[in-house]
Amino acid sequence: MTEYNNKNISIFSDLNDLDYLRLSKLQAIGYDVVHFFKKIPTFFVNLFKAAIAIIKGFFVKIKDECVDIVTTFTNGDWKTKVSYLVMGFGSIARGQILRGLLFLVFEIVFIVYMAVAGFYWLGKYSTLGTLKSGSVYDPILDTYVRVEGDNSFKILLYGTLTILFIIAFIYTWRLNVKQNRIAESILKSGKKLKSGKEDLQSMMDDEFHKTLLALPVFGIFTFTVFPIIFMILVAFTNYDAAHDGYSNLFTWVGLSNFNSLFSINTGTDNLSFAFGEILSWTLMWAVLATFTNYFLGMLVAIMINKKGIKFKKMWRGILVLTSAVPQFISLLYVSKMFAVNGVLNGILVKWGIIHDLSEYLRLWESPTTARIMVVLINVWIGIPYLMLIATGILMNIPTDLYESASVDGANTWQQYTKITLPYMLFVTGPYLLTSFIGNINNFNVIFLLSGGGPTNPKLLTSAGAAGDTDLLITWLFKIVNGAGSKYYLASVIGIMIFVVVASLSLIVYNVMPSTRNEEDYS
Amino acid sequence: MDKKKQHMGMKAKTRLSNGIIYTALTIISIIWLFPFFCLVCESFRCESTYQVEYIIPQKWGFDNYINLFTKTDFPIWFKNTFIIALFVSVLQTIIVLCMSYTLSRLRFKSRKPLMNLMLILGMFPGFLSLILLYKLLSSWGMTNANSIPGLILVYVASSGMGYYVSKGYFDTIPRSLDEAARVDGCTRAQVLTKVILPLAKPIVIYTILTAFMGPWGDFMLANYVAHATSAGMNVAVGLQNMIGTSSSMAANYTMFCAGGVIVAIPITILFMALQKYYVEGVTGGAVKG
Repeated sequence: MTEYNNKNISIFSDLNDLDYLRLSKLQAIGYDVVHFFKKIPTFFVNLFKAAIAIIKGFFVKIKDECVDIVTTFTNGDWKTKVSYLVMGFGSIARGQILRGLLFLVFEIVFIVYMAVAGFYWLGKYSTLGTLKSGSVYDPILDTYVRVEGDNSFKILLYGTLTILFIIAFIYTWRLNVKQNRIAESILKSGKKLKSGKEDLQSMMDDEFHKTLLALPVFGIFTFTVFPIIFMILVAFTNYDAAHDGYSNLFTWVGLSNFNSLFSINTGTDNLSFAFGEILSWTLMWAVLATFTNYFLGMLVAIMINKKGIKFKKMWRGILVLTSAVPQFISLLYVSKMFAVNGVLNGILVKWGIIHDLSEYLRLWESPTTARIMVVLINVWIGIPYLMLIATGILMNIPTDLYESASVDGANTWQQYTKITLPYMLFVTGPYLLTSFIGNINNFNVIFLLSGGGPTNPKLLTSAGAAGDTDLLITWLFKIVNGAGSKYYLASVIGIMIFVVVASLSLIVYNVMPSTRNEEDYS
Repeated sequence: MDKKKQHMGMKAKTRLSNGIIYTALTIISIIWLFPFFCLVCESFRCESTYQVEYIIPQKWGFDNYINLFTKTDFPIWFKNTFIIALFVSVLQTIIVLCMSYTLSRLRFKSRKPLMNLMLILGMFPGFLSLILLYKLLSSWGMTNANSIPGLILVYVASSGMGYYVSKGYFDTIPRSLDEAARVDGCTRAQVLTKVILPLAKPIVIYTILTAFMGPWGDFMLANYVAHATSAGMNVAVGLQNMIGTSSSMAANYTMFCAGGVIVAIPITILFMALQKYYVEGVTGGAVKG
């Protein structure tokens, strides 16, 4: 027995479940921490492997597609072969007039667009315009004449649209080829093709998802995907108020914007220092805001739901009531309450804690207190919502778990750490991640409470001033609205936010346990 | 005897812990309600318009409310926000329900890629795409004074990405219901309208409610699209501008409080009336998202 107990267990080695359970609490925590970090390199190796696999898969797919296109052509009948040039011809010839017409119309629209505008924009895409608008001296007329030059903004916009249109055309053309192959094999097996009417009917049944998704996905592509692609491209140009594309052209600058984000550090332009400072505060804020809300919200929910507590509905109602008031009102008002001449100082004077103006609390004027205040007020804003979520989960925990635990002599704290907390963490893992991401981009709370202030001269950049409570998102907002409107810098910061959020999410999803299977619930 | 004593001890302990909890809950309730109490008090203050250090007004009256409706553009802001909220609540609900129902119930090839794409898109700050959208909207004449259609478009167009909560709710409705209906000869469209939607009443109301409330609180997008013209502002931007600088703060502070109360009342009443559905939506859908 003793011999077994003395068997050397190190928290640095990989243990099986049985050995893990024999660790003391402290050792177990140590083991978890060590293994969390041990997993990170493997994670990156796996990530790298996955990336290679995806790229490889992509090329294999393209090769397969090409082979399929060639074999369809060689094995196909004349209707199929004509379809390679005249899209939809095969479908029309085989009686699927609706499908065929759609293909044909798309092809005609594409060709007309490319002839009229597409090639023009593509031709200027590589330079984003060379001819400036403005007055040019005309020696023959002996006056200045107005010359309409290029417009970099329009070239970038329509050029990108044209490229996306070409990709869509290639995809549709491929679909058209595939249609022919499928139609041929259906006819060969002696079955009938779907008529236009049946096609329409299936949009309400087997293809119902296409009907439902058409509008939402169209909206997402035009109003989210396309603008994001455009703004990513802007990060590689020098687009700002001074180079707005109309009066002054802008052009491609390669990676230099990213370079300057990491290297510019003069006395008047502390760009890279400011980026580092603001990024680290953003992460700190996201951790603090997420976890204070999470645990305090859970605590309040537990208190309200405890057996024997009366007026549960009233307590819940009071908290929920406060979250009904639009956030901008509560945030703006509360920020004024804690201002120098606000209610807080008034109360303190009345109670005789402070006496004159020199002793007044200037909470928004020092970096540390301003940071503490935004976190505290965020708790005030966020707890009602968290309380509701936690209540929903707590009600789902089977009560007999607690009963048997208390029969076995577990006290409240033990019940909490052994039953409530693991269950909560398991169920709300993904929610925690989403709310962490939400907090990284929590514009409202910061902007309406402190406005990013107090302004810190060390964070001054050529794009404008920034403050100690500024998050990356409020900084981005200030840069765009600032005098120079450095859109390219805003884009670079936006991309950096994405990089931070995406890598955190990847790590959390892969290293943490309990990535749930969504089918578990249905 | 011993047992009884232990029992008594337990009871006293429960009473003590319940006492602590009651005290804590009372303090929490006071902290949570206190700012709103102050807000209401200040909105009725007549003796001064600037910020003061006391709560209870020396002279009560409706001056601020009257000034708000006669001397500022507040009625326009309120009307703007109301119109936006009305349109958004209808259109956004349709889009979110289409999206979440499809992703929860139907299985098709591009489902996973689509969900992954939206996950990735969600990691970009939303403000970034607004820079381009603003340029486009302004070239279509949909900014500043005409910002209402522009804002509706921007709110609604990307709302499909907020499908998580209602998808979580749809996931909890047993799939055997769909299958039974399919066996009985329903098309997929009929399954949605005749079987699922009647069961999903809480999440439908939740979606309408959150969609309606969203525009009332939005500051970032509305400020960017309509920052220059008072006629195109929503309540959030208008009221924030009212106290934006220290001189306007001195002149308008109590009026701002009155505006806050006016905006909060209808929303709060609506919210309390539909609270049951909101709670069901959050607890049923948000967690599983």
